[in-house]
Amino acid sequence: MELFGIFITAAVINNFVLSQFLGICPFLGVSGKLSSATSMGMATTFVMVMAAGVTFLIQEYVLDPAGLGFLQTVSFILVIASLVQFVEMVIKKVSTPLYRALGIFLPLITTNCAIMGLCLFAVMKDFSFIESLVFALGAGAGFTLALVLMAGIREELELANVPLNLRGAGITLIVAGTLALSFMGFAGMKF
Amino acid sequence: MSKKELSLGADFTKGLWDQNPVLRQLLGMCPTLAVTTSAINGLGMGVATTFVLVCASLMVSLVRKAIPAQVRIASYIVIIAAFVTIVDLAMKAKFPALSKSLGAFIPLIVVNCVILGRQEAYASKNNPLRSVVDAAGMGLGFTASLIVLGGVRELLGNRTVFGFQLLPDVWEPWIVMILPAGAFLTLGLILGGVNMLNRHREQAALQTARRASLAVKEA
Repeated sequence: MELFGIFITAAVINNFVLSQFLGICPFLGVSGKLSSATSMGMATTFVMVMAAGVTFLIQEYVLDPAGLGFLQTVSFILVIASLVQFVEMVIKKVSTPLYRALGIFLPLITTNCAIMGLCLFAVMKDFSFIESLVFALGAGAGFTLALVLMAGIREELELANVPLNLRGAGITLIVAGTLALSFMGFAGMKF
Repeated sequence: MSKKELSLGADFTKGLWDQNPVLRQLLGMCPTLAVTTSAINGLGMGVATTFVLVCASLMVSLVRKAIPAQVRIASYIVIIAAFVTIVDLAMKAKFPALSKSLGAFIPLIVVNCVILGRQEAYASKNNPLRSVVDAAGMGLGFTASLIVLGGVRELLGNRTVFGFQLLPDVWEPWIVMILPAGAFLTLGLILGGVNMLNRHREQAALQTARRASLAVKEA
């Protein structure tokens, strides 16, 4: 039950995009079309789970025993960057259609602060290995949810009559604000 | 983006308005939205980011000829991460309260796309002096946008700016402004305002040009 709580908390109550402001760049950049939003969400979730696992092991068995806490930032970002590269190579080898579908989104994931943030939060909250993985899965699900919701709204927005000065980024941020407002409804939930 | 004829001064000022990282290029949105619950947080984040940006630009520009193109992104990230670690430790030692309220967003400066963007677009192609000037301009533009956003949110959500009360007690604080939703709404409206200003400026420039060409024809 506790693991379920961690999952729900990461996915909706503390949604990474709409209440913690992590991963805003892909949220604004890749949410134009529903299909690409879904692919991006999936790829990010995958990297999140992998990164959470690897950085947990590094923190637990390398940084902490050796007293190298100050190398946390450098080592985490290197792990994430090489992991993204690795995932890209594996997907290319195993499934060409999937690689084509994700294509350009894969390298973009390195600079997605949701992943780095996730690894840092998991360390700060003193999660165990399994808890870290579930936390990552929840965060990924929340990220995908926000991206898909936004993409759906933006596809409708194409047809709307938006004030001239707010077209583009302005209206997107205001829509995101409204979404964030509705996600505040989950704030009362406790696990 | 780098034009050789641009003077050093213009290199500095372009970051303030024409290519302002937050308001015009929409880079570095995560820290922008997350930490601006008050003007002082915006200032702290802005100064920390500017420091990392200037130091990393100087460093990248100095070693730009030694880095092979294939591994340049990874090299930039390591350079940036080193300076972020310095800032993180310095903040913890000197400003523990500010460091606590900014939390994970100090280490997250590593993945701020403003910084990586400037290394890739500018510092890797220009000499150290120009790179530092460019970085300082961009950093200042970033800091200014953060202070404005933080100031508006703090004023409406808490009646204060930088801790000084500006609105009278009868003003009911808009709690939503210091919650996540307020960040998105405020930045969206500010972007709308910036677009409106720019459109006015463009139209004014167009009109003076038209008038000048008419005057030439009449003469």
